[in-house]
Amino acid sequence: MSGGEMVTVYIMGKRYRVPANLTIMKAMEYAGYQLRRGAGCRGGFCGACSTIYRMRGSFRLQVALACQKMVEDGMIITQLPFIPSEKKRYNLEKLKPGASVFLEYYPEIARCLSCNTCTKACPQDLMVMDYVQAALRGDIKTAAELSFDCISCGLCAVRCPAEIVPYHIGQLARRLYSRYIVGPSEQVQRRAMEVEMGRFDEEIQRLKSLDTDTLRELYSRRG
Amino acid sequence: MSGYPEYMRESIRLVEETRGERAGRSFPFMRMDERRRILEEWHPDYKPGTKRPLRIGPSKGMIVPHEVADILEAHPLIEPDEIDVSDFEYDVDVLVIGAGGAGLSAALTAQESGIETENILMVQKLRLGDSNSKMSQGGIQAAVGPDDSPALHFLDIMGGGLFANKPELVEVLAKEGPDVIRWHESLGVIYDKNPDGTMKLISGGGTCRNRMLTCKDYTGLEITRVLLDEFYNREIPYLEFTCAVELLTDPDGEVVGAVLWDMDSDEYRVVRAKSTVLATGGFGRLHIQGFETTNHYGATGDGLVLAYHVGAILRDLDATQYHPTGAAYPEQLVGQLCTEALRGRGAQPVNRFGELFVHPLETRDAESAAIIRECYGREKGITTPTGMRGVWLDTPLIDLLHGPGTIEREFHAMFRMFMRFNIDIRKEPILVFPTLHYMNGGVEINPRAETSVPGLFAAGEVCGGVHGKNRLMGNSQLDLYVFGRRAGRYAAERARKVKPGRPTLNHLERYERWLKEAGIETERKAPILLPEYRGKRTLEHIIRLL
Repeated sequence: MSGGEMVTVYIMGKRYRVPANLTIMKAMEYAGYQLRRGAGCRGGFCGACSTIYRMRGSFRLQVALACQKMVEDGMIITQLPFIPSEKKRYNLEKLKPGASVFLEYYPEIARCLSCNTCTKACPQDLMVMDYVQAALRGDIKTAAELSFDCISCGLCAVRCPAEIVPYHIGQLARRLYSRYIVGPSEQVQRRAMEVEMGRFDEEIQRLKSLDTDTLRELYSRRG
Repeated sequence: MSGYPEYMRESIRLVEETRGERAGRSFPFMRMDERRRILEEWHPDYKPGTKRPLRIGPSKGMIVPHEVADILEAHPLIEPDEIDVSDFEYDVDVLVIGAGGAGLSAALTAQESGIETENILMVQKLRLGDSNSKMSQGGIQAAVGPDDSPALHFLDIMGGGLFANKPELVEVLAKEGPDVIRWHESLGVIYDKNPDGTMKLISGGGTCRNRMLTCKDYTGLEITRVLLDEFYNREIPYLEFTCAVELLTDPDGEVVGAVLWDMDSDEYRVVRAKSTVLATGGFGRLHIQGFETTNHYGATGDGLVLAYHVGAILRDLDATQYHPTGAAYPEQLVGQLCTEALRGRGAQPVNRFGELFVHPLETRDAESAAIIRECYGREKGITTPTGMRGVWLDTPLIDLLHGPGTIEREFHAMFRMFMRFNIDIRKEPILVFPTLHYMNGGVEINPRAETSVPGLFAAGEVCGGVHGKNRLMGNSQLDLYVFGRRAGRYAAERARKVKPGRPTLNHLERYERWLKEAGIETERKAPILLPEYRGKRTLEHIIRLL
């Protein structure tokens, strides 16, 4: 990967020569785009830069995160500035964990063809189809665990021939899992109550009343 | 197949040769005088010629990096006579600017505090939720352990901040930690737990107890996406890809809303609000001293500029946090965070000969200084094909020390990030160099999240006073929710009490006067809204015809 090597890419059909060692995002900027949509964390954590591309001469439509995928010679690129999908509104407090929740809010989940296209599209390499299937079975724990690393880029939803929106299903599964299956931590509840009852107030008041030198001394001796 | 070029692999072989001998051994911690000397000689904060005193405004005289002074000593983006601010498109109780962790918490809490849903408006420059909050890997501090207490947390925060923090803010941060975790769990955040159901607590730099709660190494992502999901459920109105370019003040100088700019249509929109919450995050994309950054695309310090225009007091902006281990290779990852937890689990920084040169868990400032010295003082770094220098962070030690599978189990995000470039961090070290990470200071607030200007609240990284001169790992995540919720609560309280104000841009005339009186002649305008990364050729040929 030498510094000077250049490749040809086609950004929304226009031909550009760009350095070979750039990501799609940096190549677009190099070519003159100031991104307003389609850029977020620039580190593979937010899913804002979903991109589709084809290689010249290939029939295959491929997907990637623009901030993570390097350009290749002959890439035909367009970004997806927005993913049209509908997130259903619900009140977590009123839900009952089970397969029926998913069928109620996202009935299209039953149309899953098990084609695995979602899994192949996932830039995080998650087993998307497996978590959709787990949700369909009411196995919330598996759905939550398999979808945990999801960054909501939406590429699974764009590719699904059954028009399922897997990332919303994963989100619902994870919230249900935490709220109803794992449940709240007693330790945390207890400590929060202790704070409310004022158990630590006196000690903190005392610390606040100390001059900096005394506080520094206390800090360096804390064990 | 290795993702490294051959010449770098030669150096990796030297790292491999010394690995066995280094495993289980460490490098001595610096003595206090050594630490002071290395900071003065090599830490970016101490580098001469990189800062200057502010020449205007309520914090005149405060020493800040040139890049910060440049955006504060600049003309506002809009001219008062360009915009009719009496013609407001939105008239709300609470306006929240910024939809990261702090802004989302503020909006949810304002609603819970009784503000009608349609009387809240969220605006966000990027997509909802896209923020530094989401990128945080390491964890969130909360004193929930049986051997821990908010008082110990208080002491750690004060010491970490070099005792420059505002104690009343630190008290609130430490005490409300457990309640924030309780709130998160009620909303369905999945925290890592031990088999017996207790919270998994890990250590962080500068903490006297294991106090870090985690959601694998996707802590910020998990929390932010749950808050966002809840935000959608509550149907709170929002505008995405719309940024605040100026605040509005009434004739008394109180903040009464903002001028927005729609980034799709380029039109302005005027919002009148009884309370305005600034939750715009930090300034990594200003690339202080040319450093790469861990920050997201929108972190251009807009909130500092907006707040300063209306006369809000700023503080502690002289201290900037550089994270010791930003990625230095491959080019695509340069500046990205390599979590401190890697070193916490045994990964060591070594030079190109495979030699240890610093204890892996010095404070962030000293660790950064040592890495910079190794590269630029001792010339023992590795230069990448694009000319960047770095040292190795020997990650394979983690599996060597804790057993195969540890990295894959505990560091999903790190493992995946490098595997995309054919670098297997279980087998090969990663190249690192300090990276611009966090704005320690910012807009001064009080425990009610009020700034010095009535009507303007602030929460999250844009604030100053909570972390003093240096923030500890895991306290920024906590800060978002503690002060985000407080901002929402007290913004709602104010909105119930005050009458809607008459919006003006009077403060801009005052700002121009300050600039003139200080003899500042410049073409610069701020806030800058987006960093400039376009190619040189493009920039040289731009003409605006439409």
